[in-house]
Amino acid sequence: MTLTTMIQKMSEGLGNTLSIFFLTLLFSLPLGMIVALLRMCKVKPVRAATTAVISILRGTPLMLQLLAVTYGPFYLFGASVARNKLIPVVIAYSINYAAYFAEIYRAGIESMPVGQYEAAAVLGYGRAETFFRIILPQVIKRVVPPVTNEVITLVKDTSIAFAVAYQEMFTIGKQIANSQSSFTPFLIAGVFYFVFNALVAWIMARIEKKLDYYR
Amino acid sequence: MKILEINHIRKSFGALEVLNDISLSVEEGQVVSIIGPSGSGKSTLLRCATLLETMDGGDLIYLGKYAARDQDGKSVYASAKELKSIRSSFGLVFQNFNLFPHYSVLRNVSEAPTLIQKRPKEQVVAEARELLRKMGLSDKEDAYPYQLSGGQQQRVSIARALAMKPQILFFDEPTSALDPELTGEILRVIRDLAAEHMTMVIVTHEMSFARDVSDHVIFMDGGVIVEEGNPYNIINNPKQERTIQFLSRFN
Repeated sequence: MTLTTMIQKMSEGLGNTLSIFFLTLLFSLPLGMIVALLRMCKVKPVRAATTAVISILRGTPLMLQLLAVTYGPFYLFGASVARNKLIPVVIAYSINYAAYFAEIYRAGIESMPVGQYEAAAVLGYGRAETFFRIILPQVIKRVVPPVTNEVITLVKDTSIAFAVAYQEMFTIGKQIANSQSSFTPFLIAGVFYFVFNALVAWIMARIEKKLDYYR
Repeated sequence: MKILEINHIRKSFGALEVLNDISLSVEEGQVVSIIGPSGSGKSTLLRCATLLETMDGGDLIYLGKYAARDQDGKSVYASAKELKSIRSSFGLVFQNFNLFPHYSVLRNVSEAPTLIQKRPKEQVVAEARELLRKMGLSDKEDAYPYQLSGGQQQRVSIARALAMKPQILFFDEPTSALDPELTGEILRVIRDLAAEHMTMVIVTHEMSFARDVSDHVIFMDGGVIVEEGNPYNIINNPKQERTIQFLSRFN
């Protein structure tokens, strides 16, 4: 198999790789905020339960969670395994990444000086007004660098979907590598992830710069 | 007319009693200064008056409306809705400004009147510009807080409080975060407000300023009012041993 054919075949999985990436971000970024707020909830059982869930999601491998979401329903209830693997993949990834984002958001929210809440309270801002107008915009600016870290990790983590044979780029590359006894597909994959992440880093740097109008 | 009336406030943090039976009232146009050592409870008193802290016992009354009423030795607060309307009758200037860093100067001053008081935007912006002009900050309306000196930031925060058209303005050590030069410019602004008969309660460590600008001075220590009265008498001719001791460093 020529290099061009390999690249061509692997590119066919690119759409699926991008689907995992963008759908995971789409769901996990807002879900992380909900988890963060539950994690800081005044009701102790809610807080404790959320903390426990976060610790499981961060403490076990993403691959294991992916297998559990994909095949768990079959072993538990005899339900048929989803035909379209994208669904369990995005569910597992979104939940896993939401746990990481939640802790980043929490750190951001807790780093806000109490004076911001007090200034808003004295001016008559309600809880929601204070959160959405005063706190959240400043938290977003503070969390961009750690969120960038996670987004870069996500690019590379899309390759873990090979564990459930979802036909993304790395899965196809691994199949070619096996059938052709060649290491070349892995090199191609490596170059791809590197370029993808260079792009991610550039975009995130632009966002950081855009938020640089205040300190 | 009484703007503010505080009766027999009590407040403890755990076992520590911070305010012990404090009463004071502020008439319209009056300037009251509160002096005293750190930990005397003066900031806590201001925080109770501005609803940032809940008091354990006592009444808190603005313009005849009860924000909190003492019932069997416990403060019972009014409903959230009533408190919201009471909040609009006072303003607070913080020691460390607490401006919103992500808003321009103009937005810092004009957002709350439009968003909270629902006043028309054009009118609010025009008033905000006028306030900024009075504060000598006309050229700064598009600046962000980090681009301003401490004194300028404090003037913005005074403008932000005044934009809500409060009946009474509280200052919590407004110059304590500023160097002597910048302190002067803030004291001048407060003097100008006093000349316009703005009702104010000022917690301060600036003794000569307190003497010159106020109608009434309160000296607090250990959670109680030790001595109060005419500014000149308190600052230059205190009667109580504790007041004499505290002021000896200033006179």
